[in-house]
Amino acid sequence: MSILSYNGSAMVAMKGKNCVAIATDKRFGIQAQTISMDFPKVFQMGPHLFIGLPGLATDTQTVMEKLRFRKNLYELKENRHITPTVFASLVSNMLYEKRFGPFFVEPVIAGLDSKTGEPFVCNMDLIGCPNAPEDFVVGGTASAQLYGMCESLWEPDLGPDDLFETISQALINAFDRDAISGWGATVYIIEKDKITTKELKTRMD
Amino acid sequence: MASVASPSFPDYSTQAPTQHMFSPYADNGGSVVAIAGDDFVIIGADTRLSAGFSIYTREQNKLFRLTDNTVLGCAGCWCDTLTLTRILKARMQMYEQEHNKTMSTTAAAQMLSTMLYYKRFFPYYISNILVGLDTEGKGCVYSYDPIGHCERASYRAGGSAGALLQPLLDNQIGLKNMQNVTNKTVSLDRALAVVKDVFISAAERDIYTGDKIMIMVITKNGIKEDSFDLRKD
Amino acid sequence: MSSVLCPDIPNSGFSFDNCARNATLEGKGFPVPKATKTGTTIAGIIYEDGVILGADTRATEDTTVSDKNCRKIHYLASNMYCCGAGTAADTEMTTNMIASQLELHRLFTNRTVPVCTANQLLKQYLFRYQGYIGAALVLGGVDNTGPHLYSIYPHGSTDKLPYTTMGSGSLAAMAVFESRWKPGLTEEEGKKLVRDAIAAGIFNDLGSGSNVDLCVIRKGSVEYLRTYEEANKKGKRQSSYRYPPGTTAILSTKTANIEVHDVSIQRIDTDLLMDTTS
Repeated sequence: MSILSYNGSAMVAMKGKNCVAIATDKRFGIQAQTISMDFPKVFQMGPHLFIGLPGLATDTQTVMEKLRFRKNLYELKENRHITPTVFASLVSNMLYEKRFGPFFVEPVIAGLDSKTGEPFVCNMDLIGCPNAPEDFVVGGTASAQLYGMCESLWEPDLGPDDLFETISQALINAFDRDAISGWGATVYIIEKDKITTKELKTRMD
Repeated sequence: MASVASPSFPDYSTQAPTQHMFSPYADNGGSVVAIAGDDFVIIGADTRLSAGFSIYTREQNKLFRLTDNTVLGCAGCWCDTLTLTRILKARMQMYEQEHNKTMSTTAAAQMLSTMLYYKRFFPYYISNILVGLDTEGKGCVYSYDPIGHCERASYRAGGSAGALLQPLLDNQIGLKNMQNVTNKTVSLDRALAVVKDVFISAAERDIYTGDKIMIMVITKNGIKEDSFDLRKD
Repeated sequence: MSSVLCPDIPNSGFSFDNCARNATLEGKGFPVPKATKTGTTIAGIIYEDGVILGADTRATEDTTVSDKNCRKIHYLASNMYCCGAGTAADTEMTTNMIASQLELHRLFTNRTVPVCTANQLLKQYLFRYQGYIGAALVLGGVDNTGPHLYSIYPHGSTDKLPYTTMGSGSLAAMAVFESRWKPGLTEEEGKKLVRDAIAAGIFNDLGSGSNVDLCVIRKGSVEYLRTYEEANKKGKRQSSYRYPPGTTAILSTKTANIEVHDVSIQRIDTDLLMDTTS
C-alpha cells in the first residue's frame, strides 16, 4: 500500500471566470479507521491564495508550517503579498530539495493574481513537478474518481455560483466512491473582492 | 526510480533449486459501462486492446452476444475472456438443448457467477458486466468481481477506467447528492448520451481506454449496435 | 549561529532529512510512491540550417494522464533547447539549473556558449547522481561551429548524433527517422519528418499523447512552435452537466470580504530630509 493513502484525502481546484475554487474533504483516518471528521487540509496563504496538501497527514502539517514560514519571510523581505505563480515555484523548489527523501504530499494550489485577477490552479507530484493547466487539478486518494468527474463536469467560464455547484458535485460524488475520504467537505470560492467558504452536507459513512 | 539489479556471480552459484517466476496473467485494459432502463438496457465498451505501453489492436469488440437479449461485456485479461466466453457459450448451448429453451438473462447471470467461483483459486482475471432484459422485460445489469461475486444494479462501470466512470454514473443516473431533483427513470436517449460522455472523459485520462466504443442497445425488439469514435493517442 | 528568530541559511543542494524516516516506512511496507513520469516521445534532427527538436505533451502517473499539455522542450540558452523524458520533476529542475549555469558562463566569457559545454555540464551532473536523477535528454543547439545534437542518458553517457529519439515512444519515432532521414534536409522537410516521428509516438505508444511541440533552432534565431499540431482533440460532449443553483446541500456559508486596492499615500517632507551639506 502506498503511504500517500495512509490517511485518505480528496481535493480539487477549478478555474472559473474571474474566480477559482478549491474544495477538500474533511476526513482524517488511519487506514480504514476514521479518527476525525474536521481535519484541515487546505490553508490560506494570502488574501487570494490557498494551498491544499493531500497525502500523509503528518507531512501535511509539517509542509504547511514550512511553507507558511517561507512565505512570511518572502513577505517581510519584499513587503508585498506573494503571487500564486511565485508561491507555486516556492513549493516546487522546497519539495524538489527533498528529491531523495520526499515529503508525502501532492500539493494543490489555487489563487487569483492580486494585480491582474488572473485565475491560477496548479498541482504537483510529491517531488514538486509543477502542472498548471487551463481547467482543473485534483489530488488525494480519490484522484481517479475526481479526474472522471471533472473531465465531464468542467466547462470554461463558469461564474462563482455555477463553479460552486460544479466543484461540489465533482468532489462529493468522487469521494463517495473512495472508502478513505469524505466525511464532510469544505469549498472555498475565491473572487477578487471576497472569499466564500461553504461547508457541504455529505454522507458520513 | 531505477533499481540496481543484483549482479549474478557464476563462481558463487550453489546447487540449490532455482525458482522461476511465471505470471499467468496479463492486463489488457479496456472499460465497460452499462445502464439499465425500464424497458431497455445499454452496454458500451471501448475497443482498444493493449498491454504495457503498446496497443495490440484498435478494434477489438469486448461485447459478447449470449442470447437475443443478453450481452456480456469483459475487460481485463483477454486470454481469460476468450476462454470464459467460449465455455460460457458451450454451457448455454447445452442448456438450450437439454431444456429446449433459450437461457434467461437471470439464469445466465447466475451461471456466470458459478463458473467464476469454480475457478476460485486460479481466477479468470476479468471484470465482467452482464446485461439483459429480465422476465418482466425490465433492463438489468449484473456486475461481478473476478471470483464470482454477483450483484444486480441499474448502472455500472468496470474495467481500467471503472473508478473514473462510476461516480459520474452515480451522479447522473443514480441522481446521488442532488437536491430538488425528481426521481424519474432514465430515458434511452439520455442513457446513450451519458455513456458516450463518460467514455470521452475516460479516454482523456486513462491510457488504456480509447480509439472507439461499441454500444449495444437491448430492447424487446432485439439488439441494436452503435459505435462512437474516441481519441486515438 | 541559528535561533528561532534568526534561522540558518539553509544549505544548498539536496536535503536528506527525511531519508531515515522514509526508509523506516519502507521497511513497514509503505514504499516511496512513484513520481510523475513523462512516458514520452522526444526527438531531434539536424537539417541543413540547424536543429529541429520535437516532443509530445503528455505526462503520466502510472496509467492516468496527469498533464495533457505539458511542456517538454526546455530552454537552456538562447541558442540551445533541451527535450526531457523520464521523471518529470528531474528533467524540469535539471534543465533549469543548467540553464542558469550556462547564462552565468555566457556573461563570464562574453560569447555564445558552445553546445558541447551544455552537454558536458549535463553529463557530469547526471553522472554524479549515478542515474538516480531520472532525466533522459535530447540536447540541440547551434553555435559558432554549427548545429549539434546530443542525446544524454540518465547515467551520464552521451551520444552525438545527426538524428535521435528518447523516451517510451523512442522506437516508434526512430522507425520514422531510420526510414526517412537524410543529410541536408530543408526546413520544411525537417519539420514534417519530426512531426511524423512524434506523431508515431503519440499514436502507437500509450505513454505519449496529446499534441506535437516543435522547436527550430537556426544560426541566430529560434522558432519555438508550442502546439505545432493538435494531434488529438477532446471529444465533443453530448450534453451539458451544469447544475441548477441549490443542487448541493450546504451546512453553512461564510463570506470574508477583501478590501481591494486600499490606496495609501505617504508624503515625504523634503525639508526634513537628512541634510549632509552642513
